[in-house]
Amino acid sequence: MIEQRRGVWYLYGILILFTLWYIVASLVNLPIIPTPWIVMKNLLGIFVSKILIHGSYSLWRIVAGVILAVIIGVPAGLCMGYFPKWDRALSPIVYLTYPIPKIALLPIMMLLLGLGEVSKILMIFLIIIFQVIIAVRDGVKSIPKETYYPLYSLGATFGNIFREILIPASMPKFLTSIRVAMATAISVLFFTETFGTEYGMGYFIMDAWMRVNYLEMYSGIVVLSCMGLVLFGVIDYLDRKICHWQYK
Amino acid sequence: MIQIKNLNVTYEAMGEGYTALENINLELGAGKTCAIIGPSGCGKSTLLKVLAGIIKKYEGVVEINGQPITPMKQKIGFIPQNYGLLPWKNVYENIRLSAKIKNKKDSDHSRELDFFVQQLGLAGLEGRYPGELSGGQQQRVALARSFLLKPDLLLMDEPFSALDAMTREEIQNVFLDVWRKYSVSTILVTHYVEEALYLGQKIVILSGIPGSISTIIDNPLFGIDDIRNHQDFFQLSLALRKMIKEDWSK
Repeated sequence: MIEQRRGVWYLYGILILFTLWYIVASLVNLPIIPTPWIVMKNLLGIFVSKILIHGSYSLWRIVAGVILAVIIGVPAGLCMGYFPKWDRALSPIVYLTYPIPKIALLPIMMLLLGLGEVSKILMIFLIIIFQVIIAVRDGVKSIPKETYYPLYSLGATFGNIFREILIPASMPKFLTSIRVAMATAISVLFFTETFGTEYGMGYFIMDAWMRVNYLEMYSGIVVLSCMGLVLFGVIDYLDRKICHWQYK
Repeated sequence: MIQIKNLNVTYEAMGEGYTALENINLELGAGKTCAIIGPSGCGKSTLLKVLAGIIKKYEGVVEINGQPITPMKQKIGFIPQNYGLLPWKNVYENIRLSAKIKNKKDSDHSRELDFFVQQLGLAGLEGRYPGELSGGQQQRVALARSFLLKPDLLLMDEPFSALDAMTREEIQNVFLDVWRKYSVSTILVTHYVEEALYLGQKIVILSGIPGSISTIIDNPLFGIDDIRNHQDFFQLSLALRKMIKEDWSK
């Protein structure tokens, strides 16, 4: 029941955006802003033949970058939150490196790691990992001390504490951090895909732009937007599945 | 048997040393209950944390059945003031947690668990999360979790103080019922004289900063049916109150 209603709200969102788009398109009335209908028709026409391969590449890079950031960022954040010594040692490093605009490192990474997949995935990884570390660390720090006491007096091992308290307690903040980082990651992905590759939504959109093929360009933008929608949807789904206790 | 000999606890804050507990001596026979009553900041909670194995830095002897406190080896149930339930686990998982951590190999406690769920009036609530329970229900879950272990020592830090008066009496009776069945050695901290009189075979009055034992009373009224409505209960609680007042104003 609730699931269905949620789907309806997504439809409303799409409808409102298309209406605004249509209004702007009819006001400007130039090929540079085509109406949504033409774009959607074009999108359907080229989806399998052109977009699928580009979309898959982009999706793979984002997912790989996120997974890498989770594998390294979550344990680091958990340890920093739980052990004050880790926090003291690592926080300055995180604070010093977090504000560096990662995109500025792209040329260096491309020189060192080549133009291929590694530098792109690493870029997304770098964007996301800091938010994951800080969110998970603060999530652990905000657990009241009393929560640990019954487990300590039961003789819980660090593994017990890890599984039963640290991971579930930091999960909501972790998912929020992934949400926040995801939008940035997609923008950065777009940028990195304009260099040294012939696949990816970034390449596809820029290529269509160079060829002054506005229809294909808009189709690409719509696909990128839908990709974001799907990724956010997956995170929301995980949130409801894993963290439903916090809505009680 | 719980034995505390010459217990001193000091801690450091802002570079200065404080004495939280000084020269505590206490003995509690196996399967007995003991209520500790004292003013705020007198180190009641510190004493419980030492017994729970949470504070490990202390001087003196603290033993359960002749063994120094070691949470890994002994079964110690600890119920903090906020009941210590994990909000991400439902009632069933919260109760099972103690057995899960303690007996890693034979983890089939489902029959006993169901029994305690019935015993503590939690039937039908197994799938709920702590956020969906009332304070009294949360306390029942915490009790079920601790009793499932049949602990060597049960510790409760102001267990019933957040409950309204009616629920408090009800849960106190629930506790006594289960305790009678399993006679688990219990030490509870409270600031209600009536609660100490109702639940403690021994009543320990702590005083002052640093915390030290000023009196230990063997409670003659413990375990008498419906004692709360007897004249003796009122009189003893008045006497105790007077004693405590004099003691704490020293």
